[in-house]
Amino acid sequence: MRIRITVNGRDLDVEASAGETLVEVLRRLGFKSVKDGCYTGTCGGCTVLLDGRPVASCIMLAAQADGSSITTLEGLARDGRLHPVQEAFLEVNAPQCGFCSPGMILTAVALLRRNPDPTREEIREALAGNTCRCSGYVKIVEAVSLAAEKMRGRAGDEA
Amino acid sequence: MKHEGVTVMAGADFRVVSKRLPKVDGRSIVLGEARYTKDFAGEDALFAKIVRSPHAHARLKKIDRTEALAVPGVELVLTHEDVPRIPFTTAGQNYPEPSPYDTFMLDSKVRFVGDRVAVVVARDRLTAERAARLVRVEYEILPAVYDPEAAMREGAPVIHDEPDATGIHEASRNIAASIYAEVGDVDAELGKADFVFEHTYFSQYEQQVPMEPHVTYAYLDESGRLVIITATQVPFHVRRIVARVNDVPISRVRVIKPRIGGAFGVKQEVILEDLCGHIALRTGKPVLMELSREEEFYGTRPRHPMKLTCRTGVMKDGTITANEMRVIANTGSYGSHGLTVPSNTGSKSLPLYRARAMRYVAEAVYTNLPVAGAFRGYGAPQGYFAMECHMDEVAREMGMDPLEFKRRNLVRAGDVDPIAVKLGEGKEGFEREIRTCGIEECIRLAGGAVGGKEPPGAGSGAGPFTRTRRGVGFALCMHGTGIPGDDMAGATVKVNEDGSFNLLIGATDLGTGSDTILGQMAAEVLGVSLDDVVVYSSDTDFTPFDVGAYASSTTYVSGTAVVRAAEKVREKLRLVAADLAGVAAESLVFEGGKFRTPDGRSLDIRDVALKSFYGESKQQISETASFLNLDCPPPFGACFAEVEVDLDTGMVRVTDIASAVDVGRAINPDLVEGQIVGSVAMGIGYALTEEMLFSAEGRMLNASLLDYKIASSLDLPDIKAFIVETVEPSGPFGVKSVGEVGMDPIAPAIANAVFNATGVRLRELPMTPERVLAALREAGL
Ligand code: FES
Ligand code: FES
Repeated sequence: MRIRITVNGRDLDVEASAGETLVEVLRRLGFKSVKDGCYTGTCGGCTVLLDGRPVASCIMLAAQADGSSITTLEGLARDGRLHPVQEAFLEVNAPQCGFCSPGMILTAVALLRRNPDPTREEIREALAGNTCRCSGYVKIVEAVSLAAEKMRGRAGDEA
Repeated sequence: MKHEGVTVMAGADFRVVSKRLPKVDGRSIVLGEARYTKDFAGEDALFAKIVRSPHAHARLKKIDRTEALAVPGVELVLTHEDVPRIPFTTAGQNYPEPSPYDTFMLDSKVRFVGDRVAVVVARDRLTAERAARLVRVEYEILPAVYDPEAAMREGAPVIHDEPDATGIHEASRNIAASIYAEVGDVDAELGKADFVFEHTYFSQYEQQVPMEPHVTYAYLDESGRLVIITATQVPFHVRRIVARVNDVPISRVRVIKPRIGGAFGVKQEVILEDLCGHIALRTGKPVLMELSREEEFYGTRPRHPMKLTCRTGVMKDGTITANEMRVIANTGSYGSHGLTVPSNTGSKSLPLYRARAMRYVAEAVYTNLPVAGAFRGYGAPQGYFAMECHMDEVAREMGMDPLEFKRRNLVRAGDVDPIAVKLGEGKEGFEREIRTCGIEECIRLAGGAVGGKEPPGAGSGAGPFTRTRRGVGFALCMHGTGIPGDDMAGATVKVNEDGSFNLLIGATDLGTGSDTILGQMAAEVLGVSLDDVVVYSSDTDFTPFDVGAYASSTTYVSGTAVVRAAEKVREKLRLVAADLAGVAAESLVFEGGKFRTPDGRSLDIRDVALKSFYGESKQQISETASFLNLDCPPPFGACFAEVEVDLDTGMVRVTDIASAVDVGRAINPDLVEGQIVGSVAMGIGYALTEEMLFSAEGRMLNASLLDYKIASSLDLPDIKAFIVETVEPSGPFGVKSVGEVGMDPIAPAIANAVFNATGVRLRELPMTPERVLAALREAGL
């Protein structure tokens, strides 16, 4: 079947088979930052933003995404300028193997849109669906806090 | 930037080393541009799916592949009849491997539920999976054995009865490997002791759970050479093993490790590459093999479960006279790492305490369960769980404060590790002098961060009216740095015209950041910034040999090779500079990326580099160096944990935990903290939740991330990490290691905290609510 999705601002008209999951279609289209570590919705590696909300794209059929707008990690930076969450992840060296990072970063972006000043506990709650085996989460939580600070600072500058 | 709970002791004045620099690959990760193995496979890649055994022990009587082959899109179904029968070990170790050669690419016998039966190759994953279900196999089911002690008994089913396996200690009794090492006279010293204490502990099958499951992509390049892109810790061992089992020369094989999504030991193993390479050679087509999350659990190489018995003789004043550990390790159905993991259990944990006599006895036993292998710590976390709980128990039984008791007996700088010579990597070892030891500082920092609230050993029940109890416990450890006599690493540094350098290393970055810290070391030596070093690693065609990333070796072993290569390059550039300045090379002082002449002129290394290409004597300066490690300086660590035990549910929650590690020098403190904190997180899982469970027929019951619980961000407290720097004279810039040591003390610290909270001793991992509740009930709580 054909579905229409917007990925990172680009309108796409793609062929997907009936049982195909969204993660498979996205990876096939070349969005390789979308990771597939379990196919049961438990690792969070396949997280993308679907109309702004983080979803596990492995437990969603591509057909269900018809008509929606999707952001993958490839679509986060603007003209080579990193998003504050990306900057913060880089600065505090939050990624180790980096396999969880695409999902983590997107989940954090969604959190900070909704809650620009989260507590450490709120950050931990938001990230609970994204498993990281390397880091013990300390630097990831730190990165999200730092990103929040940066974004508030910038919003202040603009005001 | 604020780094809570982290103290870095002042180091020497470096420009690049000791700095919190962003990882060299960090930008590609946060941009989503980093490429992992599977990302290289094109749409044209065939998919190969392993048909796995539903039985724990059986012979394959007949395999009918007609139905599977009839599925459109199926290319090939391979069984043991089709592939070369060459015994090997999947362990990625130096040649000849100390592990038994008891494995075949495909065999006529299966030895655990999930063992390889056949492989189906099809145009895509779905087709391969569908066809795999249509391979009809007739089994002759054999009696199976799951308990190592039962497996050693007379009359137990013999798991490796094939005549062509080699290196098995005693196949008829299912003993893959056996170890005996003694220094001094243990029996005599136990006899002289005022008290002798003995306790037995049990540890479980634990899976590494890298977020990226095992994946390999193989194809033939335009000259017909086999190229294998694979998620591995050991690209050079993979090349050698794949060549051997496929009977092709090493020169026809190239192995590339791209970014990989975590490893923790489970990728120090040929899990897919032998078959995947075989299929590519056979079909001439690109092939992808990838384990599902479920297969990742039982089809790889989890941590050896062990039964460990510690026996210690102690004088009235608390001095240990003799220390003994006896271990029965379950190696599962194949003996990969079967000798060396149990050997490491003793060689890492016994030397922590001085004793006039020590003995280590171990047996690695085959059972019809998944194959055990390398997992962060490599047997040491099991050893430390036993040793550090046992010492806590001994102290309490003697009425001593555990910390005081341990301090009285702790190893110190200047000691020679007595057992190192007897317990090497599956053979005689090397003498090990302990030159640096920061354990007191580790105790001070970690203890101060957690233990400070309540002195350890004081007991701290929250009172008779609450049904939760809090307690603090601690454990100490020492580990090693590389495998003396085995580890060898090469590095090449090549000069470019703009004063940048290519650093080519066989070393294998697993996400640990070794590309970054090795780049930092090269930059420091060459007086340039990290941006001026272009790091390329782990490609057997283009980088020098390196044993790979295991045994906490990379920073020290590969680091020494990098420093040597960079120094050779710097000296070559010094000659060019001397020529340009018209002075003697020895008179030049190199500082901050500049050569200074005695008369005060200075030549920037960039200009010197440019002139080396376009000056009068044109040349390519490029130097390779290698380093053979003959030492094993121990990093030390201390972990203090505070727990809350719910007396009604048996649930143990870690409410506060701090780990301090003496790493030598921290080349990049961010990355060192990442290793320490990551180890704590993994150690908490080992202590409390992670356990592979099996049915009575040997089938794994919880092979999913839902049922096998690894920690989420909500399950962990804010883990505190402390770096203690000692300057190890044998290490580049004073480094020791950090990759594994942090795993060692976590489970015993938590078990000791549970005892401190409740007075109940848990001697079996993991301390699940069921086990804790049963122990609490037994104690009448
Ligand atoms: S692949 Fe979707 S959550 Fe794991
Ligand atoms: S960085 Fe490896 S899984 Fe998170």
